[in-house]
Amino acid sequence: MPTMNIIQAVNDALRIEMRKDPDVVVLGEDVGKFGGVFRATQGLYDEFGADRVIDTPLAEGGIIGTAVGMALYGLKPVPEIQFADFIFPAFDQIVNEVAKYRYRSGGQYACPMVIRTPYGGGIKGGHYHSQSPEAMFIHTAGLKVVVPSNPYDAKGLLISAIRDPDPVLFFEPKRVYRAAKGDVPEGEYAEPLGKAKITRPGNQVTVMAWGSMWHEVDQAAREAAAEGYDCEVIDLRSLQPLDLETIVASVSKTGRAIVVHEAPRTCGFGAEIAALIQERCFLHLEAPVARVTGFDTPFPYTLENEYLPRAPRILKAIREVVAY
Amino acid sequence: MRREHVVGPPTRHHPREARDYEPGRFLKEFPLHTVIREDGTADPDEVVLPDAEALRLYRWMVLNRALDERMITLQRQGRIGFYIGSIGEEATVLGTAAAMDERDWIYPCYREHGAALLRGMPLVTFVCDLFGNGGDAMKGRQMPCHEAWRPGRFTSISSPIATQVSQAMGGAWAAKLKGEEMVAITYFGEGATSAHDFHTGLNFAAVRKIPVVFVCRNNGWAISVPRERQTASETIAQKAIAYGMRGERVDGNDLLAVYAATRRARARAAAGEGPTLLECVTYRIEGHSTSDDPRAYRPAELVEPWKRKDPILRMRRYLSKRGALDEAQDAALRDEVREQIQQALKEAEAFPAKPPIETLFADVYEEPLWQQREQLAEIEAAVAADPRAANPRHSDA
Ligand SMILES: Cc1ncc(C[n+]2csc(CCOP(=O)(O)OP(=O)(O)O)c2C)c(N)n1
Repeated sequence: MPTMNIIQAVNDALRIEMRKDPDVVVLGEDVGKFGGVFRATQGLYDEFGADRVIDTPLAEGGIIGTAVGMALYGLKPVPEIQFADFIFPAFDQIVNEVAKYRYRSGGQYACPMVIRTPYGGGIKGGHYHSQSPEAMFIHTAGLKVVVPSNPYDAKGLLISAIRDPDPVLFFEPKRVYRAAKGDVPEGEYAEPLGKAKITRPGNQVTVMAWGSMWHEVDQAAREAAAEGYDCEVIDLRSLQPLDLETIVASVSKTGRAIVVHEAPRTCGFGAEIAALIQERCFLHLEAPVARVTGFDTPFPYTLENEYLPRAPRILKAIREVVAY
Repeated sequence: MRREHVVGPPTRHHPREARDYEPGRFLKEFPLHTVIREDGTADPDEVVLPDAEALRLYRWMVLNRALDERMITLQRQGRIGFYIGSIGEEATVLGTAAAMDERDWIYPCYREHGAALLRGMPLVTFVCDLFGNGGDAMKGRQMPCHEAWRPGRFTSISSPIATQVSQAMGGAWAAKLKGEEMVAITYFGEGATSAHDFHTGLNFAAVRKIPVVFVCRNNGWAISVPRERQTASETIAQKAIAYGMRGERVDGNDLLAVYAATRRARARAAAGEGPTLLECVTYRIEGHSTSDDPRAYRPAELVEPWKRKDPILRMRRYLSKRGALDEAQDAALRDEVREQIQQALKEAEAFPAKPPIETLFADVYEEPLWQQREQLAEIEAAVAADPRAANPRHSDA
């Protein structure tokens, strides 16, 4: 089995789906000859040509509007937004058009597409190259939101997302784009949307994360194990649809839960998960649900390592929640 | 359904009108204005700057170039994280900025630090911004080259493309409402002309005759996308027609031409005649930024002819032809500029590497919220207990 990083896995998934389905097209800024600023579309232009790997003018609203038109007409567009921070000029198209098309037309139309975008901090990108806006899209009914943490999932989930009948926001953790390597099967396979993965079984506390934060949680859980704590780690992978069953089963078993994300805390997705756990697992809880998150500030440049939830902060939460 | 009534009355024939598009038309309608020829000679009627002032601006261009070169090297050495330069575009940046009055506001894109320095931002402050250190006026919050300099009326740089265009128009509108004489100038690349803020900004400005000068640094590329893939217009300047404003196309590598055109645009704006879209035709000699490698999309041959049009070279020829600069003076000036940069670097290094943690929470609101006060306590305690709470993991890319 070849070893790949996340970029290569994304590239592989796109290539497989484009070979298989002539309706799949990629569009965005610099995605063509250049292969994308992170090189996720490298080589696709040479193989599929300028009509299927389309360099667009610099207009995110235009990119998504174009994709809506294409999708209504039967193509399967995979637009790339160069950085998640630049998705906001397209916010209206995504929230009011992409998300609502099926609903507002009484099911006559739909615009399935996969909006790929690198997100998150830790790359010295300052606030315009580091944000994690997943909660804003989960809050919008009609959209699916997927965040892989490793190459295997990136490929399998992207293939599922492209085949999905609904629009999917596919957030790629750019901090570990190249650093997270792993075995990735050749050829096609699909990882289902809406299924979380227990990456470390344990009995004392459930720690949940997605994307690049999973790596911090994994590290913290190992260190916690050395101190004698027994953590169950869940990589949520798909935030909408959410695998509530896995969360409820795990928290009912451990009686304790910690949610970790790098987006700001207030109205972050951790708040929703904490509420769900409170609704579904109240009688099992041995401690309040804890959140370890980014702060309620814009994402900083120099102090980004203070801002990001690093393993020590997660470890501290583990100790406190278990000791509660 | 009677479809023709939906789309308008049917027409039997479509007479060819003057408005029909003829290739080459706008290149003629918007001729490229040049003052200094490539050999350094100039039409005396067109010379708008006394030699002493021309020499002063030449020095700024030399400083801008030397700074960019030095900082790109520093980035390669890993001492700063990122850099975005204006090599080859100095005449556009400095010629336009110098032509504005001191009271005018500058709404920059991200290649105009030359203009910030011209407006009095100390070199050491700029260098501290690149380091994001304790001396950074932005308190380490923005990436390098995202400076702001309020004393020089130089606004804060945003990465999202074109947002400054409508903001500049708004600023100039406010000045107009207050009856103050201020003309805003804003910069953007040709890629930005695809973004919605460009259209909104120009449209509002033209409708209300807002005193603003829109400067497009047409440097040929928006990262990997060449101008022809960004717009099918032959020129950027002609876009002005659609909004009902004046457009001009000027040789962006010619400081005197850029200066003269900006002066004209400013005068019109101040006289209540409305905005101008100024297209400065130049070229991006280096990568888009230090994160970019243009070899992946741009053949080197394309760049060569533009190196011969270098704005600094041209200005130097001009000044020496006029007897305002000889070789020894030029060499001395270059040494001086390098020394100035060296000095700024040394001063910048004396500041602490990071701003204090509490600056993370300051300025989000005028007063921190309870959540932020709690969060500050949380991170301070975490770092005190384990410094790794503020350090990247080994797996970081
Ligand atoms: C809204 C938005 N989308 C994408 C980007 C990523 N990006 C940064 S610079 C750039 C190209 C800009 O080209 P242009 O406007 O021509 O200016 P130049 O860099 O050539 O001076 C792109 C696509 C961004 N900063 N903002």
